[in-house]
Amino acid sequence: MRLTCPLCGDRDRREFYYRGAAVALHRPAPDAGVAAWDDYVHLRDNPAGETRDLWHHEAGCGAWLVVTRHTVTHAVLEVALAQDEGAAG
Amino acid sequence: MRIDGKGLVDRSSPIRFQFDGIGHTGFAGDTFASALLAKGQRLMARSFKYHRPRGVMTAGSEEPNALVTVGTGAAQEPNLRATTLEIYHGLEVRSQNAWPSLSFDVMAVNDALWPFLGAGFYYKTFMWPRSFWEHLYEPLIRRAAGLGALSGQSVAERYEKAFAFCDLLVIGAGPTGLMAALTAGRAGADVILADEDSLPGGRLNAERHAVGDMAGSDWAAQATVELRAMPNVRVMTRTCVTGAYDQGTYGALERGAGAPQPGRPRETFWRIVAKRSVLAAGALERQIAFADNDRPGIMTAGAVRAYLNRWGVAAGRRVAVFGNNNDAHRTALDLRAAGVEVVALIDPRPKASGPKGDFPLYAGAMVEGTRGWLGLREITVKTGGGIVRLAVDCLAVSGGWNPTVHLTCHMNGKPTWCDAIASFVPTPGAVPGLVAAGACAGAFSTAACLAAGAQAARDALAEIGVTSAPPDVPEADDTPYRIEPFWAVPGAGRAWLDYQNDVTLKDIKQAATENFRSVEHMKRYTTQGMATDQGKNSNVAALALLADATGRGIPETGNTTFRPPYTPVSIAAMGAGGQGMGFAPRRFTTSHAASVQRDAPMVEAGLWYRPSYFPAAGETTWREACDREVRLVREKVGVCDVSTLGKIDIQGPDAATFLDIVYTNTFSTLQVGRVRYGLMLREDGHVMDDGTSARLGETHFLMTTTTAAAGLVLRHLEFVHQALRPDLDVRFASVTEQWAQFAVAGPKSRTLLNDLLDRPLDNETWPFMTCGPITLGGVEGRLFRISFSGEHAYEIAVPARFGASLFDTLVARAEALGGGAYGMEALNVLRIEKGHLTHAEIHGATTAFDIGFDRMVSANKDCIGKTMAARPGLTDPNRQQLVGLRPLDRAVELTAGAHLFDRAAPARRAHDQGYVTSVAFSPTLGHAIGLGFLSRGRDRHGEVVRVVDALRGKETLAEVCPPVFVDPQGGRLRG
Amino acid sequence: MFSGLRIFKEGLTGNTGWSPHWRDPAPKAEYDAVIIGGGGHGLSTAYYLAKNHRMTNIAVLEKGYIGSGNIGRNTTIIRANYYLPGNSEFYSHSLKLWEGLEQELNYNAMVSQRGVINLFHSDGQRDAFVRRGNAMRAQGDDAELLDPEGVRRYLPYLDFDNTRFPIYGGLLHARGGTARHDAVAWGYARGADRLGVDLIQNCEVTGIDIESGVVRGVQTARGPIKAKKVSIVTAGRSGQVAALAGLRLPIESHVLQAFVTEGLKPCIDHVVSFGMGHFYISQSDKGGLVFGGDLDFYASYAQRGNLPMAEHVMEAGMTLMPMIGKAKVLRSWGGIMDMTPDGSPIIDKTDTYGLFLDCGWCYGGFKAVPASGYALAHLMATGVPHETARGFRLDRFRDGHGLMDEEGTGAQHNLH
Repeated sequence: MRLTCPLCGDRDRREFYYRGAAVALHRPAPDAGVAAWDDYVHLRDNPAGETRDLWHHEAGCGAWLVVTRHTVTHAVLEVALAQDEGAAG
Repeated sequence: MRIDGKGLVDRSSPIRFQFDGIGHTGFAGDTFASALLAKGQRLMARSFKYHRPRGVMTAGSEEPNALVTVGTGAAQEPNLRATTLEIYHGLEVRSQNAWPSLSFDVMAVNDALWPFLGAGFYYKTFMWPRSFWEHLYEPLIRRAAGLGALSGQSVAERYEKAFAFCDLLVIGAGPTGLMAALTAGRAGADVILADEDSLPGGRLNAERHAVGDMAGSDWAAQATVELRAMPNVRVMTRTCVTGAYDQGTYGALERGAGAPQPGRPRETFWRIVAKRSVLAAGALERQIAFADNDRPGIMTAGAVRAYLNRWGVAAGRRVAVFGNNNDAHRTALDLRAAGVEVVALIDPRPKASGPKGDFPLYAGAMVEGTRGWLGLREITVKTGGGIVRLAVDCLAVSGGWNPTVHLTCHMNGKPTWCDAIASFVPTPGAVPGLVAAGACAGAFSTAACLAAGAQAARDALAEIGVTSAPPDVPEADDTPYRIEPFWAVPGAGRAWLDYQNDVTLKDIKQAATENFRSVEHMKRYTTQGMATDQGKNSNVAALALLADATGRGIPETGNTTFRPPYTPVSIAAMGAGGQGMGFAPRRFTTSHAASVQRDAPMVEAGLWYRPSYFPAAGETTWREACDREVRLVREKVGVCDVSTLGKIDIQGPDAATFLDIVYTNTFSTLQVGRVRYGLMLREDGHVMDDGTSARLGETHFLMTTTTAAAGLVLRHLEFVHQALRPDLDVRFASVTEQWAQFAVAGPKSRTLLNDLLDRPLDNETWPFMTCGPITLGGVEGRLFRISFSGEHAYEIAVPARFGASLFDTLVARAEALGGGAYGMEALNVLRIEKGHLTHAEIHGATTAFDIGFDRMVSANKDCIGKTMAARPGLTDPNRQQLVGLRPLDRAVELTAGAHLFDRAAPARRAHDQGYVTSVAFSPTLGHAIGLGFLSRGRDRHGEVVRVVDALRGKETLAEVCPPVFVDPQGGRLRG
Repeated sequence: MFSGLRIFKEGLTGNTGWSPHWRDPAPKAEYDAVIIGGGGHGLSTAYYLAKNHRMTNIAVLEKGYIGSGNIGRNTTIIRANYYLPGNSEFYSHSLKLWEGLEQELNYNAMVSQRGVINLFHSDGQRDAFVRRGNAMRAQGDDAELLDPEGVRRYLPYLDFDNTRFPIYGGLLHARGGTARHDAVAWGYARGADRLGVDLIQNCEVTGIDIESGVVRGVQTARGPIKAKKVSIVTAGRSGQVAALAGLRLPIESHVLQAFVTEGLKPCIDHVVSFGMGHFYISQSDKGGLVFGGDLDFYASYAQRGNLPMAEHVMEAGMTLMPMIGKAKVLRSWGGIMDMTPDGSPIIDKTDTYGLFLDCGWCYGGFKAVPASGYALAHLMATGVPHETARGFRLDRFRDGHGLMDEEGTGAQHNLH
């Protein structure tokens, strides 16, 4: 499996660390309530299809990436820098 | 029997080899199978279950029968296929799964017991009495099962792994693959052509077809020469592409050629990354099910042609051919042309006709049975005119050809049934970037393969923007393939489908009767398709016959899934590099050599090596050394390399703000030149790591982490910054290896340092928890007044290139002051005495509350993990809390991992109160001490608990106490 | 009734007397209970509902064929070596059920208590394994601490001299071992069928009917089926099926690979696991080395693995026991694991009356098959959790009570 890092280009999966669903980008406010935090830390849409998840180019440039992928075919549809979405959100 | 003037073997190069101790001679270019067949030896192996005598069935890697063992000692390699084993001088081959000999195998008694050993018989018996399974039945079954044997010795040869990249990967070097590679190579594309065979050409070497104006094998050789001459093309023979993976990645296994040679890899496992690929894997011939169709001498028709045309070997002296397609007829013609007697051509198609030869053609006939235990002697043919018995020593069988669709199924693609060839063809798009062409796509003529290869390459190149010239495809045979499906000859005997696993048509029918009607159920119940050929020879026929037995069509019945690897891959190849020290990198500190020189046992700490202790003259146990090292720190001064702790340089205007987010406590208030202990939580509220951070400047911090968590913490910081707070202006860099850092600990630590530093220290300007730049001998370094031991201590850091000399200097000075170096054992005792924590306590399931640090979670700000740490379950007063433990009997030891129970309670789970995390003998106190977690522990200081280590058969009583045993007020730190 | 005598009689009479191991009934319009998922857990649930609770008007609805999920894709290991409350008592119960399984089901699932040996490679790992072993003993299960010499006695073929992470010792769990995975599914299927349970294959559930907070039945590829109780027992697809009932689960799906070699004469007599990389291995009765490692680490439903983890697993095998190097891998495959935030499963009611969940088995589902069905059947029949499965609450993540994070890696699903 390979990912195209926006900074480094096409790289082998071995260079990347996987964290989980990109929901982790949207941290609730401290007082958002139990349900919001349970959603954030534990619950997952976990689609059998297109998903967005977070990868870290740990053995490369160090960028955290938002990867849009298909969980059944493993097709990689888009790779973006997490900081761009983090800044927007 | 070798035929004069036929074949591609080099008759000027005879090669001597042995089989079961008997010497044989073959020629360069021979496989073990071809060389033995040339000698007329048909018996080569025994089957798995019934131990039936077996000969070679195929001429390729799909061989199910003729498996042998090569080599002795550590080089012993079982289950090699005779059909792909190239002979070399001195090759020693042994038969396997037969005792006492291949020709007389006592386990063949199973063959007589077959009525009781049918599909799944073992699920229905061996159940009584219960204890007999492990002690009687299973050992017997295990001994009878298995094919060859491993030597039991560690692999001693070299195996390798490698990466390769290309524009176009061509899988298979038959007519399709060669034409695809030529087309792409001439267009200038970066091409890899991989073929499992030693000789490119595929079926061109096995047939008599012409390509253009030359023999097919000559054309293949010429094409190979042209390809090898192209700098942009790599021809990889003996390289089987074993798996298709995501984003154009392929696994491939390259076998070493010839005899094992020191220094040359036996096998290399390749990871090939291709922008596009052409699958030109050809097709595999299938058998027909009829009674006793497994005898030595019964082969696929295509294999008989291959042995004849490529190796110049007649597989028998009197050969019959049995096939349901016109391709099988070629076998009879080729044999006749070579002067071999063809006894009959038997074709079950009633209207079968073929090119005339001087042999009888039995149309509408079928082989009903065979005779010959160790080798085929006779076949029984049912013809329109009655039963005919024919004396033959070889029967060439063709039930048709199955395209080699395997790689197209590796991403869960399902092949499509094609009536025209009565087999499956690849479903386009099953593997992104891969196109199947030629025979593996169902185009069987040589002309069609050449054209398909050229076109597939052009199409693939066009997709990646490489233009190619219109192909110059040579003329070749274009005879259409004609077949009528014919799977099994009706009859009462046992008709084999999966030869190696001894699965017969009766087994398939029984599975259907017992409602194992799903093709997956049938496979798993009968073991059809689970042998080393993974169903290459039997799957299509087995599912056709299952479809028949269950009254369904073939497409409806479906197929089991082909999975990687395409051919068996040794663990040594795919795990190359892992053996011995290669499994993980080794990280050494700058004091490593000095420590080794001092005879310190070096122990693994994550990827690092650290000294366990530094033995002194006269010491015979590690405890003596450890106790001495603890005392010298407590009383004089000790030196310890702490460079392995993670060091993260943090800089930027928002660095302080950032640290407030990742630490539970506040760092923005920390003054420049000061150090603070920090606690870091995971977002789920549990402790992630701890360590100190020093403020080196207004916008510059140096964070330390535990050795184990260095990578994890840096990743976490990057995540929090990039994903959650990209607005903050801050950057991180690991500087763990850039700085060598040493703890100098003990009452004389300042004295020691003041001998070295260019400007001496005093307690007023360098109080506890300060930091700053220092110089020693002109070298710029850093000093931190921090302490893991609980003593007046410093950590001094210099650029790593000065580490080795600084360590030597520090230790020498320490020794002059009555101290010395100390290792991990003493470090651990010191920190337990002081109640400092490591990952034994911060093991991922503890909270700040559990370790008594809840007051370090600032109420005035948010931080990672704060909200979830407030969940009721994480603040429950009944949780297990950190405590100290002192044995009531001061003479006994405590053991880590023991569990804690109330004094009167039984040591059962329901009464479990906690466990011991860390233990030490404290030389300072003169008795054992421990840290542990105990339910409501902080409220129970002074209570006595039962400490039970059932595993070691130890039990003692211990007093619960605060987890700081030495200097709880911290006076020594500040002195 | 299956027996050696029966095999003998059938063998003499042409094996013509065998009959289907289970029926293929048409679905009825209504059942007292419907179990979605005909894998190991679903089949054992049906069996124990019928056997222990006399509920026989029940159906198991299976999208594909019986046993088509992870029950047929695992590395066949059974063990009771957990250390946290909640897990300990459950897996202990499961192992006891394994020990009588063949006699219970009259089906030889080849439960082989050959011993599980977990190796450790540092003082810290040893301490953690001692804690584990003592928890196992406190639970009433067996555990034995082996020093390096002890390990050498059992596993002389390990590389003790030239390996990156030396062997400090091992934890032996003698009652652990392996079982023939498919036969477990078939045995429970046949047992349930004989008690009157309808096993309905090729019957995908496409909807779960809920009215006013009460489950009413399911929609299937073969029409609607009414049911008073419905259980979702579809590990690997739990999220999709639960979504039919409007549930969002604390689960992320990941691929776990496994590998098998060609048949070899006996060479590995135990289940052995490496402590410094991801590798565990045993040898099947047929002779193949069956081994595996860790997840591929990224969310996936692909039922197939990728090379990096496959290579890592084999590298670990080579550093630990380089005598297996000449064994050849025949087949690799992947199963889909329900990964939860603490690595432990869920057997619980839902907010919908009559709707139950059995999911989140991470990669420990096989050994749990008997006790999972036993506990879920108890919960479905009585409305209260079985005493061995009280810890498997769905709400533990939200309130933080009773988390069972045996690995200590925290709420990142793929790290367990």
